[in-house]
Amino acid sequence: MNIIETENLSFVYGQGTPFEKTANDRLNIQIKEGEFVGIIGHTGSGKSTLVQMLNGLIRPTSGTIRLEGTDIWQSPKEIRKIRFKVGLVFQYPEYQLFEETVEKDIAYGPRNMGLSEGDIRERVISAARFSGLRSELLSKSPFDLSGGEKRRAAIAGVIAMDPDVLILDEPTAGLDPAGRDVLLAQISQYHKERKNTVLLVSHSMEDIAKTADRILVMNKGRAEMLEDTRTVFSRGEELERMGLRVPQITKIMSGLQKRGFDIPSGILTVEQAASVLAAYRGRSL
Amino acid sequence: MLKDVTLGQFLPGVSPIHRLDPRAKILFLIALIVFIFITSNYISLALVAAFIVALVFMTRIPVKMYLKSMKMILFIVLFTGIINLFYGRGEPLVKIGFLQITEAGINNAVFVSVRIAVLILASSMLTFTTSPTDLTDALERLLKPLTVFHIKVHEIAMMMTIALRFVPTLLEETDKIMSAQKARGADMESGNLIKRIKALIPVLIPLFVSAFRRAEELATAMECRCYQGGSGRTRMKRLHFGKADLYGLAACLLVLCGVIICNIFLPATVR
Ligand SMILES: Nc1ncnc2c1ncn2[C@@H]1O[C@H](COP(=O)(O)OP(=O)(O)OP(=O)(O)O)[C@@H](O)[C@H]1O
Ligand SMILES: [Mg+2]
Repeated sequence: MNIIETENLSFVYGQGTPFEKTANDRLNIQIKEGEFVGIIGHTGSGKSTLVQMLNGLIRPTSGTIRLEGTDIWQSPKEIRKIRFKVGLVFQYPEYQLFEETVEKDIAYGPRNMGLSEGDIRERVISAARFSGLRSELLSKSPFDLSGGEKRRAAIAGVIAMDPDVLILDEPTAGLDPAGRDVLLAQISQYHKERKNTVLLVSHSMEDIAKTADRILVMNKGRAEMLEDTRTVFSRGEELERMGLRVPQITKIMSGLQKRGFDIPSGILTVEQAASVLAAYRGRSL
Repeated sequence: MLKDVTLGQFLPGVSPIHRLDPRAKILFLIALIVFIFITSNYISLALVAAFIVALVFMTRIPVKMYLKSMKMILFIVLFTGIINLFYGRGEPLVKIGFLQITEAGINNAVFVSVRIAVLILASSMLTFTTSPTDLTDALERLLKPLTVFHIKVHEIAMMMTIALRFVPTLLEETDKIMSAQKARGADMESGNLIKRIKALIPVLIPLFVSAFRRAEELATAMECRCYQGGSGRTRMKRLHFGKADLYGLAACLLVLCGVIICNIFLPATVR
């Protein structure tokens, strides 16, 4: 079943001014319940605009978004409820921290939902666990955390609302390589355990290849492709024309294949490549 | 969105008004404001208003933008207009309870409304067509004589430049933080006053934190480039008073003459 559907969804910034800019142009997208969708696209292709519309932060200039079959703007007064169902972690979310302690900050979302203190406490602890935040940090001030820890705290603040759809806008930007890997693994883990729908915006093809079931490719405000990961990354030339690329390892492996090595196509991760190459060696020995 | 605030916004362009010397533009603005306040009858009022409307069209900025900036002040215009309507002396034309409308009242209302409207129009024209840096640069030049009285004109101008420079940045940041908190279910649109003020805390704290961080970064960056105030500083962009500015001056003088002649030879409608 489709959890999110959009129909001719468009968004124009500064309509009617000299700065008018179409950021999203008639998008028709279907996202199935429980899938992990990667969103890629060149800078300025409209990814952040799209995800902000999906959780009702900005209202489409035209077109509709349906969540579980109903138009989210059907009753604008109820839009807050949509935001609890579709959780959005912003680009650089650490700037949204404000409370005295990390625990209180993570509890801000659940408290807005009107949960009981007991439930809130439970959610804070499980959200902190999911986003890999050490429990001794919970009583600290968010302003005393390191950059990476702040990021985790901010992500926990959204996970704590237990949204049906979790959207993360470039959650790994600005983290060190080890931090990125751990955070990504945690997001995958979250997806597996909760069976929730996850949308991940990222500039790293490697990250997307590791985690996503399907990929949405944005280009100049349009949705160019929405296919499964392998299919998208087998269209390397098209991606390159849009200023994107395939993961390094996919490129290497398809290069080897072109030179006559008998290996399968559509290799997405280093681990896959390693096992394919090991099998190849086994065969040729 | 907050960014839809048009008052004080710069809209780049290539119109003759855009190209005027910013110092001249500031002086013309002051002159126009003086003119509109010395007008004493409908003919001279219409003359100044027509002149400004003509200038508005010369900027080649969509009239919609001007209307948008007027919209915010519309309430004040209407309010003062209506108050003035009831404050005229003389024979009442209409009587509503203890309120009375006289011919003088109507005249006052029209004059006050038109004057405020023209004021807004003229100042929007200045900010629409002049970049904030040009504007403060020009102010610095115009105020230069005050250094005689040990007023730190350069420093004041620099502070203004920085403040103006960061208005859009802070607005954008406020927008972003508000969105982020709304995504966590913040409710800023409903409830009573106390509740609404409380709802702003999650926005204000991050905003202050980032404003201080930015200020510190900017100070460091300026120090790294050996900024040490105005003395001995030269400029990359020099202002110069050109032919277009002379035409502007001539037009202003013409209007001034018109206003004076009207004021002298026609009966005054307002004091
Ligand atoms: N608040 C805004 N006002 C005006 N234009 C905007 C605004 N936000 C974004 N835009 C414009 O809309 C277009 C899409 O922006 P968006 O932020 O959605 O891109 P993005 O795909 O998220 O880019 P990035 O990868 O750099 O985050 C860009 O051209 C941008 O300049
Ligand atoms: Mg973005």
